[in-house]
Amino acid sequence: MSKSVILKSSIAKKYWMAFTGLFLCLFLVGHLLGNLQLFYAGEEGRRAFNEYAYFMQHNLLIKVMSYVTYLSILFHAIDGLLLAFQNKKARPVQYAMNKASANSSSASRQMALLGSIILIFIATHMVNFWGKMHFGEIPLHTLTKAVNVPISQDPNTGQIVKADIEFSYFLTTNGEYKQYAYKDPKTKLFESQMEVREETKLFDKNSNLEVAEGYKDLHSVVMGFFGKSANGNDVNELAWLAVLLYTISMAVLSFHLMHGFASAFQTLGLRHPRYTAIIKNVGMGFAIIVPAAFAAIPLYIFFK
Amino acid sequence: MKLTLKIWRQSGPNDKGQIVTYPIDNIEGDMSFLDMMDVLNEELIVKGEDPVAFDHDCREGICGMCSLFINGEAHGPDRAITTCQLHMRKFSDGETIYIEPWRAKAFPVIKDLVVDRGALDRVMASGGFVSVNTSGNTVDANAIPISKIDADKAFEAATCIGCGACVASCVNASAMLFVSAKVSQLALLPQGKIEATERVLNMVRTMDEEGFGNCTNTGACAVECPKEISLDNIARMNREYFKAMLTSE
Repeated sequence: MSKSVILKSSIAKKYWMAFTGLFLCLFLVGHLLGNLQLFYAGEEGRRAFNEYAYFMQHNLLIKVMSYVTYLSILFHAIDGLLLAFQNKKARPVQYAMNKASANSSSASRQMALLGSIILIFIATHMVNFWGKMHFGEIPLHTLTKAVNVPISQDPNTGQIVKADIEFSYFLTTNGEYKQYAYKDPKTKLFESQMEVREETKLFDKNSNLEVAEGYKDLHSVVMGFFGKSANGNDVNELAWLAVLLYTISMAVLSFHLMHGFASAFQTLGLRHPRYTAIIKNVGMGFAIIVPAAFAAIPLYIFFK
Repeated sequence: MKLTLKIWRQSGPNDKGQIVTYPIDNIEGDMSFLDMMDVLNEELIVKGEDPVAFDHDCREGICGMCSLFINGEAHGPDRAITTCQLHMRKFSDGETIYIEPWRAKAFPVIKDLVVDRGALDRVMASGGFVSVNTSGNTVDANAIPISKIDADKAFEAATCIGCGACVASCVNASAMLFVSAKVSQLALLPQGKIEATERVLNMVRTMDEEGFGNCTNTGACAVECPKEISLDNIARMNREYFKAMLTSE
C-alpha cells in the first residue's frame, strides 16, 4: 500500500470526497438541531440558544469535532477542486452540440460549481457568526427590567416614595440572573460596582475579584443580522439581502446534496439492488428537508 | 428525407479542425446512420472532395468500432444501440444533425471523426486478463463450478464492446464504466480472483495515466452505453479497489 495510491489515485481521491461529504452531512444535522432553537421565542429561547452556544465553544468533545469539521470542509473543497481541474483537462475540446440533459441531472454535472458557491457561503457565514463569536466583540447576555423600588421617604408624611428603576441583570454560567447595575434616574446612566473584563467575566471594581462569568449574546447578534431588533442589539440594515443570500445558498446546498448524498454511497461501493433505491430516496429527502429547515430560520426571524 | 449535416472535419492530428455544413437529400428512413454517411461520401468523391473519415466495421452492433457523437449524444438519440444500428427514421425531414468525434484527451483525433481509442487497449493490457497455463494441459474453464448469479453478472459485464461511448458521454471524460466492466467480469469469476488485487490497482493506475477524468457518478455513461452496462460495475470496482488499496503489499 503506497502513499501515492491513497492520495493520488482517482478512486482514492473520491473515497475522501465521500467520507468527508458524509461526515459533513452529519455536521449539517447537528448544526441544524442547534439552530432550530432560534424558533424558541422570548427570553427563554434566547437563554437556551446562548447557553447552547457557550456549550459548543467550551465542550472538549465538541472542540475536537469542530476541528474535524474544519478539516473536512477544507479537504472536501481542495480535493473537489483538484478533481474538477483534472476533469476539465480530460476534455480539452468541447462538443459543439452536447445534450447532456438527456443522460444526467444538471446537479450531478455542476457539483464543483455548486460546491464553490457553498464554500463562499461558508466563508461569509463564518465571518458573520463564528468569527464574531471567537474573535470579535459580542455583547453579553444581559437583561434590563424596571422594578418598582422605594427610593426615599417623604420627610413630612413619612410615606415611602417608590419609583420604577431600571436594573441590569447579567445571566451567569451558574444559571442565575445577577443584578449588577441600575439606571440613575437623574443622570440616566447605568451605575455599577462591577465591570466586564476578559470578554465575559464580571469583576467587582473595588475588590478586583471575579464575581461571575456570563454568556455571549449570540442570539441577539443572529436576530440583528436577520433584521430583528432585540435587547438593544445592532440591526443589520441589509437584513433583506442577508436573508435572500442565505436562502439562495441553501437552495444551492440542496442541489449539491441531491446528487452528493447518494453519490457518496456509490463511490464507497455501497450499492445493492435492494438498498440503493432507499439510499436515493433518503438522500433526496435529506437534500430537501435539511436546507429548507435551515432557510426557514432567517425567513422566520425576518418576517415575524 | 432532406437533412443538413454539420460534421467535424479535421485533416490530421495536428490540424485545428472545424465544423463543416453539408446538405444531403434522398435519405431513406430505413437506411442506417452509417449508410447515410456512405451516401454523403459517395457524393463527396464524385465532386472530387475528401470523403469524411469515420470508424466502422461489423455494422451489426457487436464490434464497438463505430463511434460518432450525434446531435449531442453518443451513438445518437436512441438507447442501447451503436451508430450502425441507428436508423434514419429516428430523424425528421429538414433536421440539422451535428456529427462529432468522441471528445477526450485520452482519445486524440486521427482524422475527421476517427479517434485513437488505444488508451482502452493499454488499460486492458495492464490487467484485463487471467494468466492461464498454455503448455498443453490447460484446465477446462467449465470444470469449475460458478453460481448462476455470478456467471450472469460476469457475462453482463463482459458484453462491453469497448466502444468508448461512456468516455464520450461523461462530463469528465471518465473511463470508469469501461474499466469497471472489465474488472467486474473477471473479479466475479474464480479464475479472476487470483489476480484480482493487482488487476484493479494496475488497471486504475493505467486509466489515470492515460488522462481520463474522474467519475462523479452522473450516470451518463450507463444511459448512453449500447450494451447497457450497469453502474453496479463501478460500485463493484470501487469495492475491489478499496480492498486492494488496503491489502496490497
